[in-house]
Parts: sequence; structure tokens; C-alpha cells
Amino acid sequence: MTARAIALLLAIVLLATVPVWMPGIYYVNVASQILIYAVFALGLNILAGYGGLVSLGHAGLFGIACYATGYLLQLGFGHAFAIVAATVVGVAATAIFAVLSLRASGIGFIMITLALGEILWGLAYRWISLTGGDNGINVKTRPEPFGLSLADAGHFYYATFVVFVIAIATVAIFARSPLGAALMGTRDQPRRMNALGYHVLAIRFWACLFSGLLTAWSGILFVYYTQFISPQTLSLTSSAEVLLMVISGGAGTLLGPVVGAALVVIVKTVVSGFIERWNFLLGAIFVAIVILMPEGLVPGSVRLWRLAFGRRTRKPAAVPETKP
Amino acid sequence: MSFYLVLTVNSITFGGLLFLLSAGFSLIFGLMRIPNLTHGSLFMIGAYVGATLVVGMLGVKMNFWLAALLATLAVGLIGALTERLLLRRLPGNELAQVLVTLGLSFMAADFCLMVWGGDPLSVPTPAGLGGFARLGVMVFPLYRLAIIAIAAVIAVALWLLLDRTRLGAMIRAGVDDPDMARVVGIRVSQLFTIVFALGAGLAGFAGIVGGPILSVYPGLDQDMLPLALVVVILGGSGSLLGSFVGSLVVGFIYNFGQALLPELAYFVLFLPMLLVLLLRPQGLFGRHVP
Repeated sequence: MTARAIALLLAIVLLATVPVWMPGIYYVNVASQILIYAVFALGLNILAGYGGLVSLGHAGLFGIACYATGYLLQLGFGHAFAIVAATVVGVAATAIFAVLSLRASGIGFIMITLALGEILWGLAYRWISLTGGDNGINVKTRPEPFGLSLADAGHFYYATFVVFVIAIATVAIFARSPLGAALMGTRDQPRRMNALGYHVLAIRFWACLFSGLLTAWSGILFVYYTQFISPQTLSLTSSAEVLLMVISGGAGTLLGPVVGAALVVIVKTVVSGFIERWNFLLGAIFVAIVILMPEGLVPGSVRLWRLAFGRRTRKPAAVPETKP
Repeated sequence: MSFYLVLTVNSITFGGLLFLLSAGFSLIFGLMRIPNLTHGSLFMIGAYVGATLVVGMLGVKMNFWLAALLATLAVGLIGALTERLLLRRLPGNELAQVLVTLGLSFMAADFCLMVWGGDPLSVPTPAGLGGFARLGVMVFPLYRLAIIAIAAVIAVALWLLLDRTRLGAMIRAGVDDPDMARVVGIRVSQLFTIVFALGAGLAGFAGIVGGPILSVYPGLDQDMLPLALVVVILGGSGSLLGSFVGSLVVGFIYNFGQALLPELAYFVLFLPMLLVLLLRPQGLFGRHVP
């Protein structure tokens, strides 16, 4: 067994038993939040990291799944139907999103997705007859799969953990698949990929849909976690936060988004209990990351580790360059 | 009838403010290819700094226009420092640029909340412009007309700067083809600092000038940034005429939308942007697709 496999096994065991060793429900809930945002960040990482398409409107897609779940439950549908339908709605919305925004890449893509996200926020905020406006929508109950009530914090954590494992496994498989390699090709050399006969637009479109699927799942988890959805969830700040999770952890790496999610959620929930100006602190952390580890925490730490302890013969992993 | 006329004046006023905000944003975007997501924060900082000086929170109470000038200079300096110290290190790296500008806007928002608190700050209308202008039976607030005049003057000044001066020619060359501009001996990196400071200063100026209408409150930055974005996408990046037309269009849609279709105001605002994206992705007056 290699050190890598042991570390992986240890991490899985530790994560799977969080409700057992975590002191108190509060921290179990923080862990659930981290995993929910990790799924969200993994979804965005497909686009921003592997695809080089930085979306600043993903909170809108996240929110659509949330609202779809909440609205359908409000209408009296069952949990299973609401979850499936919200997934479909989320992916369909992503498809529309993709058709509009994939006309551009680079900064243009950032701008368009930002604007689309703002439209969705505006709709959620103003279309009061559908969304309840600022009052939001309450979700009264959590589902009970196989008779296991998710109202319990620990049980809910397990459900989140299962989704997280599925998400990270599919992303890992995707990154090694031909489609994933092609996507990274379109990120680094779109014109060359085109010349080689790849359909750049189609590859990016499928990447968008995959990203939308994970985003929708995280949205559904989120709405069941908070049991409430309001326009705040769709705001630019939320989009920015999840993008910052991806970039600060390390875009285009598997673990980066997870580390970034943990960083942001911990500063937001735990550190904010001790420091009033946590927003300032978070901003300062981001600026510091850009200055000290522009490639993100995970690849940056790996680089420092190799610099300190690595064998001199092996070159550090090349950081993928993103070009407009 | 008078309802629509008042709405029209309000729309042009708001369009004028948006022009001040987005002209710099558009130039920064067009010249440096940087999505400057601090632009809303610069607007808000300008408004807060100016308001502090006007209201006299620091013990010095000063003339509105002097305060506006100082706020403009202060925000311009912030912009120049941001460019020199941070953005300069990250050419072509959009992810890092987004991370750093968003990080700064988080810091700015929290800083303003810390210094000025959560209550909105109202800015008094400058002396002499508090009244109304009568035109037959119609009555217009003088200050709104003044904003239109200011925006028009600055638009002409910017146009002269860009179209008639050596510096303007260099900036235009930088927007069109930065590499070639460098080859012919233009110090593009120096232009970056100048344009960034200019754009930031204009945003700060817009903030304080808009103060008496919009007032100053936490979250102002996030209200303004998307509007600037829409203007730039509508008008095309790096084009002054584009920002001008785009600002007016957005000003009209925003005001009429809020008055006539309050539930869908935001949606209506972004609809023309989507149309432009679909039919003319480089924007109405843009030269290249961003």
C-alpha cells in the first residue's frame, strides 16, 4: 500500500465517521455545510478549473435547484419527485445558461455568466408571486430515505457525505476520461483542438451540463439543510464565494475545491464567532493567496512540499496555464 | 404625460451617472482585459469619502464640489495603487484577477461597514442646486439637470482626451492591439496605471455625485457593479461611444422598468443585453469579441 492510498483511506474513514468523533451537533452541521459547498465547488471546478470557463453566475443555477425543490414541496409533491424534478430543472437551466454564455470565452464568459446570475437573482427577488420575494420559501420537512429520518444532524451528514463521495468520484473519473482530457485541451489550446477535429463548443456544452448536475445536487442538499431558500442564496456574493473556493483551493485540481470550501465555510461560520470583521479577513486571505500562491492552496502546498522534501530529480508538477 | 416626462429626465440622469461609472470600467476592460470587479466598491468608496467630507463627520465641513474633487483623487489613488501593487503581477491570469478584485471588494465592503456603519448616509444636495427649474407647467429638480450637464461635459472631455490628444491615441492603440502598440514604442504598462487611475477616479466621482440621489448605503457596490457590466456588454468594451449609448439605454430601461413593471424590472434590464449577446456579441460599438 502506498502512502497515497493510506492517506486516502484515512481521509475517507475520518470523513465517514464525523458524527461519531465530532464534539457536538454544531460542528457536525459545519461539516455538512463544508461538504455541500464542496459538491458545489466541485461542480464549478469542472468549468472554471478543467474548462477554463470562469462562471460568476453559478449561484443562480444553485438557486434554481433550491427554488424548484422548495416550490414543488410547497405545491404538495413528495420528496422523491421534488428531488428528481429539481435535478432536471437545474440541468435544463444550465443548458440554457450554456447556450447563451458559451458564445464567449475568457472574460466575456465571466461577464455573461455574471449577468445571467443577476437576472436569476432579480427574478427570485422581484417575482414575488412565485418565489415569495424576500420572505423566501420554507421547506418544512427533510426526506426519510429507507425510513432514516434526516431531521437528525448526524443522519443528514451521512446523506451529504454519500452525495459528496459520488460527486468527487465522478469528477475524478471525468478528469481522467477522454472527455475530461478534451476539455482541458480546449482550455489550453482551443484553436489547436478545433484544428484537430474536436468540437470545442460541444465539449464545453457537455462540461456545462455536468457542472450543472453537481450544482443542482448541492442546491437540493442546501435547501434541505437550511430548510429555507431566499434570494440571498442567488446573489453575486454567493457566486463569488463559490468561485473563490475553487480558485483559492486550486482550480483544476480534484482536492482544491474541497479545501477551498472548507476554508471559506470555516471562516464564515466558526471564525466569525470570534472575529467580527471576518469578511475583511476572508478578503485579505484571498488577496494573500493570490500574492503567495497564485495557483491555489493545494497545488501551492504541493509545490512547497516538493521544494522542501522532494527528490531533486523530479520536476514539480506543471501548473496549467489559463489563457484567454 | 408629465409622469413620462419626469421619468425621462430621471432616466437620463441615471444614464449620466452610469456613464461616469462605466466609461472607466469599459476602458479598463478594453485596454487591460481585466474584469475589474472592484468597480462597484470604488463607486461606493467615492460616495462614502465624499459624503464624510460634505457632512463634516471628521470635523471639517466642506463645499460639495471640493469634497467631490478630493473623493475623486482619493479613489483614483486607490485605483492606481491597486494596479501597481496587485494587478500588475497577474497579466493574463483571469482566475487570479477575479480572485484578487473580488477579495478587495469584500475587504472594501467590510471596511466601509466598519467605518460608516450599516445605516444609509444621506448626502445633502449642493448649495444652489436644491431648487427646481420650471418649464411651463413642468417642474424639474435642478440637481438632476446638473448631473446631466456634468455627465455631458465629462463625456465631451473624455472624447477629446481619447480622440484628440497623444495620450488618447496611445490608449486607443493599446485597446486595439497591445502587442503592436508595444512594438512601436508605446509604454503600454504605464498606460495601464493611468487608465486604471482615471477609471477609478471617475467611478469615485460618480459615487459622490450620485450621493444626493441614491444616498450611500452598504450594498451600494453590488447594486452598481452589474449595471456597469450590462452597459459594457451592451455598448462594447473599450468604446466610449458604446458606454455612452449603453448607459442611456440602461438608464431608460431601469427607470421605466421600475415604474411600469416593478416585478420584472431586473429581468427587463438584462433582456436587451441578452439580445445584443445573441445578435452582436462584440457589443453595439465594440471592435472585438471580449
